[in-house]
Parts: sequence; C-alpha cells; structure tokens
Amino acid sequence: MTPAAQLIDATKRYGNVEALKGVSLDIELGEVVAMLGPNGAGKTTSISLLLGLRKPTSGKALLFGLDPDNLDARSRVGVMLQESGIPAVLKVREIVDLFRSYYAKPMARDRAIAMAGLEEKAEALVKELSGGQRQRLYFALAVCGDPEVLFLDEPTVGMDVEGRRSFIERIAEFARMGRTVVLTTHYLEEADQLARRVIVIDRGLVIADASPKEIKSRVAGKRVRFTAAGLTDADLEGLPVTTSTISDHTVQLLTNQPEAVLSELFRRGIQVSDLEVSGADLEDAFISLTSHRATS
Amino acid sequence: MSAVMAARRAPVGPMLARQTWAEFLKLWRVPAFSITSLVLPVMFYAFIGIGQASEEVSPHVTFGAYFLASMAVYGVANVMIFSFGISVATERGMKMDVLMRATPLPPYVYLLSKCITAIVFAALTLAVLFPFAYLAGGVRLDPSAWVTLATRVLLGSLPFIALGFAIGYLSGPNSAVAVINLIYLPTAFASGLFFPKQLLPDFIQRISPYLPLHFFGQLGWDAIGAPTSESVSTDWFYLAGYGVAFFVVALWAYRREESRKFS
Repeated sequence: MTPAAQLIDATKRYGNVEALKGVSLDIELGEVVAMLGPNGAGKTTSISLLLGLRKPTSGKALLFGLDPDNLDARSRVGVMLQESGIPAVLKVREIVDLFRSYYAKPMARDRAIAMAGLEEKAEALVKELSGGQRQRLYFALAVCGDPEVLFLDEPTVGMDVEGRRSFIERIAEFARMGRTVVLTTHYLEEADQLARRVIVIDRGLVIADASPKEIKSRVAGKRVRFTAAGLTDADLEGLPVTTSTISDHTVQLLTNQPEAVLSELFRRGIQVSDLEVSGADLEDAFISLTSHRATS
Repeated sequence: MSAVMAARRAPVGPMLARQTWAEFLKLWRVPAFSITSLVLPVMFYAFIGIGQASEEVSPHVTFGAYFLASMAVYGVANVMIFSFGISVATERGMKMDVLMRATPLPPYVYLLSKCITAIVFAALTLAVLFPFAYLAGGVRLDPSAWVTLATRVLLGSLPFIALGFAIGYLSGPNSAVAVINLIYLPTAFASGLFFPKQLLPDFIQRISPYLPLHFFGQLGWDAIGAPTSESVSTDWFYLAGYGVAFFVVALWAYRREESRKFS
C-alpha cells in the first residue's frame, strides 16, 4: 500500500544552511508519529516538504504517492502550521465553514468546533480569541475536512501545562478515529503520550526512528539522582554516564550502568544522600540521543 | 482510479461561493475600507459637484453629470486597487497565504473570489453614488446613459484589479496603503478626475493623455455625452493594453513571491 507520506533521501538547503541532509521516512496510514528534535533540527522543514510548502533541493517528497502540490493529495490532509494567520474579522463559525468547503466530505461544523472545544466561541470574531483559543481554532480548521492525515507543527507551543494536556487529549481523540497523525514537538512528554512511533531529528538527520519504549531502552536507560555538597564536574570525570548535570547540590546522571556509576562514586568517597535510581523518561532519552558528546 | 480521486476533491462551485462570501465579509467588516470606498466618492461629489451641478460644461452636458462620471471612475478604480492591494499585502504579512496553500483550495478560486468581491464592492459604490447624484445633484440622464456609464465603469475597472494585485505582491503589508495613495491620487488628479486638465501644470498636461485613468475617464465622460479627445474604441484599446501590462507585472510579482516563499 502507498504510504500516506514519504520522504526519499530528501535534502533541503536554504542559502548556505543545510536544513535537511538526506532524510528518508515512510509514514503509513493509521500511524501516529511524533517528530522530535531541538529547534532548528529540521522538523518544520520536513513537514513543509511533505505539504508542498517547500521543494526538496534533492530527493523526493510524496503525499499518497503524489506530488504534495497535487490537490487530490491535499484534499486528504488537514494542517496546523506554526505562525500562520487567519482573517481577524471572520467569526469562528464562518471560517470553519469556509475551510469545510475546501473538502469533499467535511465533518459537521458543530462537531469540528466541539473537537476544538470552542462551542462557546462559535459566534466570536477571530480577533476576540485568546492565544490558546486561536490555537484551538487552527486545530478545528485542520480537522474540519475530516482528513485522513493530520499534520501538526508544534501544536501546543506557547500553551500552559493544563492547555497542553487537554490539547493532547483532543489530538488523541482524533487519532482514535483511526486517522494518521504526524506532529512535531519539542515537548517530549507529548510524543510519549500520543505517538506509537518517534522519529528523532537532529541537525538535518534522522538519528532515531522507533517506538517511545525502544528509544528509552536504547539510550541512557537509568537516571541516577542524589544530593551531595560541594561537588564539581571534576568529581564526576570518567564516570560511565551519557550526561551529567549539577544544579545547587542536586546531581543528575543518565547512564546505562547505574551499578558501576554508584560503586565508582562510593570508591571516590563522595557523600551521597537522597539517592534515587529510576527509569529514564523520553525526555532523558532525548537528551542523550541528541547529546553530541555522548559516548556510551 | 481517476474517478475515485476526483470524488475526493470538493466541488468548486460551493467553494467559490464560500470563499467569495468570506472575502466580502473581510472587506465589509473593515470600516477603513468599506466606509472609505462607499462614502469617499459621494463626499467628493457633495463638495465639488453639487455647487455647480447645473452649469453646462459643454452643450447639453451639466457639470453634475460630468462630475458624476468622474467620481464613478474614481470610486470604482479606487475599490479595485485598494481591495486587492491591501488585502493581498495584509494576508502575505500575516502568512495567511501559507496556510491557504497547504489546503486543497485551488489558487485560482482564491483569486477569482477576490475579483468577484471587488466587482461587487464597485457596484455598491455606484449604487450609493448614482442616487446621490440624481437626488442631490439633480442629474438627469437617459436610462440608457445610466446603464452605459455603469457597464463601462465596471468593465473598464478590470485592468485596475491587476494593478492592485501587482501592488499587493510588490509592497509590504505596512507600505501598501502608502504606495497606493502615492500612485493613485496623483494620477487621478493628473487624469482630470477632480478638476479640468486645463488647470493642471504644463508638464502634467503633457503626460496626462497617456495615463490609464485618462482613458478610463474618457469612457465615463463619453457615456454621459461629453465630448472626448479620442474615440471610445481607442480608449478601450489603450485601457486593455494597460490591463495586459499590469497583469504581466502582477504575474511576475506573484511568481517571484512563489519562488521565494515556496521553493
């Protein structure tokens, strides 16, 4: 079956900056995929290529096996972009109806508005919406065409914790309808909560492509945290860790060999209190994946 | 295969209707545009036209009728340039075009909806100006002259859509208004839309007969029976030539934008 979206050895150059250095990936129908990476890693560029908003410098981008500019392909896709505007003087209801008219079999207007939690604001003008409400309106516009594939470029950026949590639930609700969701994020817990597949992009390359669970097991599996007075980076020199951070008196280490780390700490006579060893979450995994001094 | 694919696309008719309605509301709800477009020609008519409306500027042609044609041309071209120029520039500034481009909306539907909206607004401008000239200016014309004036003015305004479009793509969202005023107002004066060309400085009188608004104005004045310097077909010919030139510039500006933003 034709993948929903495909990059084939795609590169993208803006002037002297090589934003993508040869990325290949297939996204199948029904998948929920998170593209993860720091700012400037190439996530937005990847999405832009898949949507036909940018052309690859070399390689190929395909939507349903077609050129992403093809309206047949676009008719099956809903999009939420970063930093895109909508007319300020239209009402929520009006602009949702406008976007519904772009699609052959849109969902009912009220349903799209309800999925975004904007029932109370249906008659409000766009300019009267708060930042978070506007973000939810973009979501309504992305889903109102009842698309097979939903692309979300950093959908929760700028939201508070509660706003993010409920927004993630809205995306999950759409995914449960059996739809394909591709989202980029640097809020790592979002990827963990939503996606069954995580593609980690850094400096224009895919550096990992696996389930959140696999990614966690592949890298720095354990987190060691303790309190110790007056410790410096020099005291931690030579320990088998991927990353180490010291803030105040709290030390945090990411490692695959927690036992070896601990015995070395004790051998060096470091006074350790409040010791805690736990499984690394995706955020930790992400830090060690993109950490360029990683050696383990 | 193609039948299956075709079914996925939304029908163009309802899409165009929705898009046009949205474009109309976008302009209607911005008083800076809607009030200006509808009221400005009437206001100029009240200030300049009414006082001497019954004086004859040429045999059987009153100044009231003459200035009605001037303001019809002025008002309609104004709508065309502003509605397109400002809205395109603003939407580019807000990156509205990026989101639109990611939707299945065909670009031609978007442009067509803007053209229709501009023509509707131009017609509204005339719907306000004509009764005003009839009632306040005492303008009496053959029914056929009213129709000819309206038709010519609406048809002759099409080249100015292309001009507005070009300005919208060439200037930034903040400078579009200034650029339009700098181009449009002086040429409106130089083309004799506000007062007779004989009163203009010599060098402007020499440029004047080549300006697009000059030909457009001639079409209006001829419609109400005033003598003009060229035949109507000559006016149409030159106006069409300007239309093509503006369209080429607009297309170039559009392509330039495409290759910058979407390549």
